[in-house]
Amino acid sequence: MSATQRTDASAFLDVRDLTVSFPTSTGHTDVVSHLDLTLDAGGALGVVGESGSGKSLTSLAIMGLLPPSAKRAGRVLLGGDDLTAMSEPQLRRIRGDRVAMVFQDPLSSLNPYYTVGAQIEEAYCSHRRGVTRRQARTVAVAAMERVHIKDAARRVDDYPHQFSGGMRQRVMIAMALSTEPELLIADEPTTALDVTVQAQILDLLQEIRRDTGLALVLITHDLAVVSELAEQVVVMRRGECVERGPVEAIFSDPQHAYTRDLLDAVPRIDDEIAALRPVGATGGRA
Amino acid sequence: MTQTPTSSATRTAPGAGTERAGQRSERRPAPAPLLRADHLVKEFPVAGSGGLVSRGRSFRAVDDVSLTVAPGETLALVGESGSGKSTTARLVARLLDPTSGSVTFDGEDVTALSGRALHAFRSEVQVVFQDPYSSLNPRHTVERIVTAPLVYQGRRPSGGSRAFTQALMERVGLDPMQWQRHPAQFSGGQAQRIGIARALAVGPRLVVCDEAVSALDVSVQAQIINLLRDLQREEGFSYLFIAHDLAVVRQIANRVAVMCGGRVVEEGDRDTVFESPRHEYTRTLLAAVPRIRPEWEAARRARATERAASTHPPHPAEGA
Repeated sequence: MSATQRTDASAFLDVRDLTVSFPTSTGHTDVVSHLDLTLDAGGALGVVGESGSGKSLTSLAIMGLLPPSAKRAGRVLLGGDDLTAMSEPQLRRIRGDRVAMVFQDPLSSLNPYYTVGAQIEEAYCSHRRGVTRRQARTVAVAAMERVHIKDAARRVDDYPHQFSGGMRQRVMIAMALSTEPELLIADEPTTALDVTVQAQILDLLQEIRRDTGLALVLITHDLAVVSELAEQVVVMRRGECVERGPVEAIFSDPQHAYTRDLLDAVPRIDDEIAALRPVGATGGRA
Repeated sequence: MTQTPTSSATRTAPGAGTERAGQRSERRPAPAPLLRADHLVKEFPVAGSGGLVSRGRSFRAVDDVSLTVAPGETLALVGESGSGKSTTARLVARLLDPTSGSVTFDGEDVTALSGRALHAFRSEVQVVFQDPYSSLNPRHTVERIVTAPLVYQGRRPSGGSRAFTQALMERVGLDPMQWQRHPAQFSGGQAQRIGIARALAVGPRLVVCDEAVSALDVSVQAQIINLLRDLQREEGFSYLFIAHDLAVVRQIANRVAVMCGGRVVEEGDRDTVFESPRHEYTRTLLAAVPRIRPEWEAARRARATERAASTHPPHPAEGA
């Protein structure tokens, strides 16, 4: 892991006043507005919100991966470097190297025509000049072993369709980690998975964080997942942060009405609630 | 919903099912179930290397599943992807024909129904699907969607099509003035309400919900769960509730059947299954569900109670 100490003593990831807007027939609509995020090196930040809250666009904006029609304002500082001021080639060096991403659907993120090994090797080689084939392959196998894919030396030559959904997500994580990034942005990494597989992937992410000091931004709609994995939480609604703080504070003493409503709406596995109180409504009973 | 009889599918001898059903009921002292599935098996042909017609190779998606649903009861069928829960639901709703086994509805063997008799069955059993946008015709208005099941059966909406639609919309919490809108003009939760209204149009006695709340945001999900519970209280129909989300199941089910690999591995009263699961798989499944720490939950609830005591009623709606 490269050292993250810089002259700038502020947070490792520091997103300031981030605004993302899209053109509309009448001007511009802000889908993320004036958002601030901070994350310390090795920390875990959960960004939660319902659909349309702007959480995924936030992650794309951090990485500079917004669609061309989108407009971005504000600054994204990573270890003191301003990503918003960088050229595309500079950014490309950061993406996948210092910052990696994992998305919801591993099948659509993997190329079906190439073996998973070839894809991990490609990701690795594009960030490491002058590595040999053999070196890259060793890295790929090691990365797959790192995410507990059994028989990695053989599985490295399999194609994506030969893996189950959970295993594919492990491959994605292996690929993301092959370059030893400092930050992993995981956008709904377990949403498409069965609950038992989800538990395994969450355990894996925990383990990797513990072992490598990887910083994590976890974007999800699932409050329970955030409560298990993150240390800090940002609750988003309609592009704005409504509340932020340490997980314990947010989950045991939410200050904002929306956070309270959101938590009230989560169905509990441990007991039945007479009537689930929907968000922003006066009561569930008809 | 046109039935597509697959060649080899209806192999059950019509008499056999009822006979077996008769023997079974002697052992069950409980009131006659509304729905009973007996030893359902569904095999799908597996495309072999031999060409279009596979040589006897098949995949058994549902493997000897028996279950009952009592009138007014909610039976939840839970399991992970590939467990056979949706296929079971489709067999029960007669959207698929079983390879063997039988479905009995209100004492009548419906496994081999066709034509008019199947139409009649369709007014007793309705399905609400996961994705409203793909299960509602995007080019039809709410009115046309909601009245379609009646039209299909050659019945006329009581009080006229518009009044009928509007009354249904009101019952599921939609604005009746929007009766001529199209599905795309509604949000996901609202569109699902249209799907529910359509299911209610024929006055069914069993509503099969196939992951009906899975695609919704938590806040919307809570509203739809409440709606489903309220409707059941008012109408007294039964639910066969297919879901992978155990927390949702806890909110709505009376009984739970856990499926794994095409079989029901555990079945029982909801609280028993959740609190003292017998089968190893059920335990694994329950343990895997992410949870907010109980102590945080307790603290939050305590504060909410304090707050409620010190202030007036909860804040009004901020819009949806």
